[in-house]
Amino acid sequence: MSFLINGKDVSATPRPGQCLRTFLRETGHFGVKKGCDAGDCGACTVLLDGEPVHSCLIPAFRAEDHAITTIEGLESDGGLHPMQQAFVDAQGFQCGFCTAGMILTCASLNQAQRQDLGAALKGNICRCTGYRAIEDALDGVCNIEDVPAGEAFGRSLPAPAGPQIVRGQARYTFDTAVDGLCHVKLARSPHAHAKIVAIDKTAALAVPGVIEVLTHEDAPSALFSTARHEKAWMDPDDTRVLDDTVRFIGQKVAAVIAESEAAAEEGCRRLAITYEPLPAVVDPGEAIAPGAPVIHPGRTPQDRVANAARNIVAEGHGEYGDVAAALAVSAVTYEGTFTTQRVQHAALETHGGLAWLDASGVLNIRSSTQVPFLTRRALSDIFNLPPETIRVFCERVGGGFGGKQEMFVEDILALAALKTGRPVKLEFTREEQFIASSTRHPMRVTVKAGADRDGKLTALQLDVLSNTGAYGNHAGPVLFHACGESLGVYNCPNKKVDAVVAYTNTVPAGAFRGYGLPQSLFAVEAAIDELAQQLKIDPFEIRRRNVVKPGDPMLYPPDNGYRDVMYGSYGLDQCLDLVERAMSETTSTPDLSAEWLTGDGIALTMIDTVPPDGHIADVAIALRDDGGFALTVGTAEFGNGTSTVHRQIAATILATTVDQITLKQSDTAHGGHDTGAYGSAGTFVAGRATQAAAEHLANELKTFAAQFWTVDPNACALADGRVMHGRQRLSFAELARQAGAEGVRLSATGNSQGTPRSVAFNVQGFRVAVNKHTGEIRILKSVQAADAGRVANPMQCRGQVEGGVAQSLGATLYEEMVIDATGRVVNPKFRDYHLPSFADVPRTEVLFAQTSDALGPLGAKSMSESPYNPVAAALGNALRAATGIRFTSVPFKPDRLFPLLQEKYGD
Amino acid sequence: MDLNTITEVVRPQSRADLPAWKAGDAWLAGGTWLFSEPQAHLSRLIDLTDLRWPALVVGDTSLTIAATCTVAHLDAFPCPADWQAAPLIDQCCRAFLASFKIWKTATVGGNLCMSLPAGPMISLLSALEGICTIWKADGSEQKMAVAEFVTGNQRNVLGPGDLLRQIEVPLAALKRRAAFRQISLTPVGRSAALVIGTIGRDGDLLLTITASTVKPVQLRWPTMPTRDAMRDSILRDVPDGLYHDDVHGKPAWRKAMTRRLAEQIRDELTGSAQA
Repeated sequence: MSFLINGKDVSATPRPGQCLRTFLRETGHFGVKKGCDAGDCGACTVLLDGEPVHSCLIPAFRAEDHAITTIEGLESDGGLHPMQQAFVDAQGFQCGFCTAGMILTCASLNQAQRQDLGAALKGNICRCTGYRAIEDALDGVCNIEDVPAGEAFGRSLPAPAGPQIVRGQARYTFDTAVDGLCHVKLARSPHAHAKIVAIDKTAALAVPGVIEVLTHEDAPSALFSTARHEKAWMDPDDTRVLDDTVRFIGQKVAAVIAESEAAAEEGCRRLAITYEPLPAVVDPGEAIAPGAPVIHPGRTPQDRVANAARNIVAEGHGEYGDVAAALAVSAVTYEGTFTTQRVQHAALETHGGLAWLDASGVLNIRSSTQVPFLTRRALSDIFNLPPETIRVFCERVGGGFGGKQEMFVEDILALAALKTGRPVKLEFTREEQFIASSTRHPMRVTVKAGADRDGKLTALQLDVLSNTGAYGNHAGPVLFHACGESLGVYNCPNKKVDAVVAYTNTVPAGAFRGYGLPQSLFAVEAAIDELAQQLKIDPFEIRRRNVVKPGDPMLYPPDNGYRDVMYGSYGLDQCLDLVERAMSETTSTPDLSAEWLTGDGIALTMIDTVPPDGHIADVAIALRDDGGFALTVGTAEFGNGTSTVHRQIAATILATTVDQITLKQSDTAHGGHDTGAYGSAGTFVAGRATQAAAEHLANELKTFAAQFWTVDPNACALADGRVMHGRQRLSFAELARQAGAEGVRLSATGNSQGTPRSVAFNVQGFRVAVNKHTGEIRILKSVQAADAGRVANPMQCRGQVEGGVAQSLGATLYEEMVIDATGRVVNPKFRDYHLPSFADVPRTEVLFAQTSDALGPLGAKSMSESPYNPVAAALGNALRAATGIRFTSVPFKPDRLFPLLQEKYGD
Repeated sequence: MDLNTITEVVRPQSRADLPAWKAGDAWLAGGTWLFSEPQAHLSRLIDLTDLRWPALVVGDTSLTIAATCTVAHLDAFPCPADWQAAPLIDQCCRAFLASFKIWKTATVGGNLCMSLPAGPMISLLSALEGICTIWKADGSEQKMAVAEFVTGNQRNVLGPGDLLRQIEVPLAALKRRAAFRQISLTPVGRSAALVIGTIGRDGDLLLTITASTVKPVQLRWPTMPTRDAMRDSILRDVPDGLYHDDVHGKPAWRKAMTRRLAEQIRDELTGSAQA
């Protein structure tokens, strides 16, 4: 068959059931992405005879003799199409995985469609940006600056990968062609809890193309956690690469390795697996009750499972003062129970990777990960291999949100590559993302709170039951984090926590943006509001009277022993003022009928800028021969924007421009160590290491020039790409030549240990309208103030805040993984799991506090998780203000709000 | 997505060319649903494209829509001015959960055959009193109302090898005055209730309830009913068990919204409209 792809004739014969998406990728067009493979997300959009279509839904044979344009061919001469240029100018992307499809769609909109972007773009999901930057691209707004040497920090510089992203040339995990690549498909459990009695591989191995079938008999016996932390003791050892017991529907049972995906899939279907079903429990309350089926018998506190017989992974109990006594005498009290649902990260790039043994015997793993170094450490332990024989790396990652602070594929990829000696690939389907990766921890939080007549808090108590699913990855740390800063931000003499996280026979929960705080804040910030209501104190005022200020201890029980969190800066007061001022400004009220009730709500959040117990980053930097600099960091780029920030930090300290700095990243082969891009540490920790490395190198440059001139190095300075001493000038290129002539290599390293830690703050305000007869919500105003210290890149930081609000609005209003009584995920696809689209996300006004952090790099603080945290709480408070009803569970879907609204307001 | 168990695609050019139906066969119209989910039970696709059914034919008494007519093609059809109900076409297209990019490929017949409660072509063609023509596997033909064609959530009257050929919409139905209301849990999401009312010159009302119910429900009145009469009728004639229950809306809410939307339609068609 003949196809005209990007103006070139291509002769090839697609398989009968092949879709256009994979056909285009097989012919080298890696700009065509897979987000859902089901027509819901638009990442695979191409033009067919000039019209945009979702290539995952088009039978490839139907494109015969038609003209196909992928992102690579949108502009023929290697330049940028105006829409590509607009996305660069507006920086209408973060991770960039949706960008190719977004640009092709936007480029084909007519004027009428551009007037109604909510409808026109409902087939294009962006999980990162919150769509404002995409709208800016369509409006021709330029959000980037060009700045002189040495002034990069604090300015809105573009992401270095922008030109590649808009051309579809940025390489994500699967955007590479490997000769002889084999494919891994996983047979998954249909049972929520079962013992595997036997696996007959015969029929599977007989499928043409099937090379190997791996089961628990092939897997190492080592127990580990898929969660990755700097300290392995943070998570329980309860997981095997392949186990002889399955504990949730969807757990991997066997891996089939074959020369094609089709053969691997057929091999999975031909496996004869005999199960002995075991009693299962899917409700966390039932799971911790006496007599419940025990999910991990045999695990002990030595494995970091607190009480396996009661399905309790971890628990914490503690009290400061006497909460009960204080509540008994408080002027006002409030008690309420709040539930948060199970949500999915929905990064558009699914989990997956490739593995191969190179000529020197090193096991190479290229995967979609936030934690390459910790993954290598885990593989080294599990397979008993020296670390230097394993390389784990990623190029660009298509979104993470915490979901890739786990090892879901690298273990089975390693096993497959080691057993077969062949290069192997495993790419999760969208359904596998939902049923077999991880989710946010659903929580039930009961809060009790009291205050005196002046609105000073007298007591705060949390009773938390978290559901970690079948495995304990991140179970304890998320639970304790939930009970941490949410209470620590308030001065209160009596505080109490009872927190338990339970195993259930459901898909595991794991790390998720916010790491427990969004769930607990939903309860705590509601309680603060309820006390204010009773006392008739303004919501801003009651918070001002109670929040910690520099000098106040940030306390929450039980004492965790950490003493390294301090006020490197403090902008919570400013954040409250900024939101209060913005909310008080008059806004044009839309024309709403009397059916619509309106109200305002706010919530605040504090977050430690680094996870506890060590977060390490090594950075190296060297002067290149051409006078530029080679910067090597371990931290990964998945839309967090740290690639931009690292260059800004180095360029500022080295008095140059960012284009003079090339960045290598996220590859264990580069040496050093990096704990990973999680816990909002990409700027605060790794950035600090970059700062140290750049400062060391700046000294090296001055010292070398001083020797050349025989002057005092302290009298030398860097400016405008040169070393200067009085009237003497030596450009970095001349310096490099001179150093080369003398055989000197000018380079330096920097390290950060992630301690001491600072605190960052956010305050969210919403004005909502609620239809009392339908339950529909409209967001009339959204404001978030952020205390990010000295903002490294205002444009990017704004994007992080907007994206966090958008993702959190998804969890607040729409998203919910529904699990039935048998433990099965009912809605494992985007069309049944509603991600916010353009039409769903209001514009959020983003305001920054003016602070500079004593601990962060050049005064900056982290700002990637925390914008997500106060959103559900603020919206719940706004709903309460509008309706007089306290809604206590999310998502706030119209059909959930309806019964209480109807009860109060009638038909 | 790739349908890796498919080993053969046949492309018949006439009804006589249609292969004998066997297990593992599927009709391929637009393919937008077929290729959106794993179909491991399928081995052969029978592509309907080369049958070259004319997409839209206006006759003396009806508009004939081929099952393979794309949604975009229908949406772009220049309707005569006296087709007062024509705006329903655009409104129902916009009620698709899928975007305009899918409309170019998805077919009207495919939407009927999927038989999802929220299928907007089901809403449209039920309300317009469309008549399906089915090519039965045994070579015979069968005609039935669209509202009867769909029998439940993802269920319809088609047996193995039966093929939906076309839908005939009476021009008389297109000339009725129409009102449309739809609600979803999200601003541009899947319909949780989609209600259409049409009135004829004599003032008779046809109310078509879809999306909230697992199959279309049609209520008729010779003259415009009172608000109470309409409410009573909906309560009486739409049993609770018919309201759909899934992640796109709870049955009690769908029921309440159905009644609300029906009342708004009544208000609009009687001229006491409110937004």
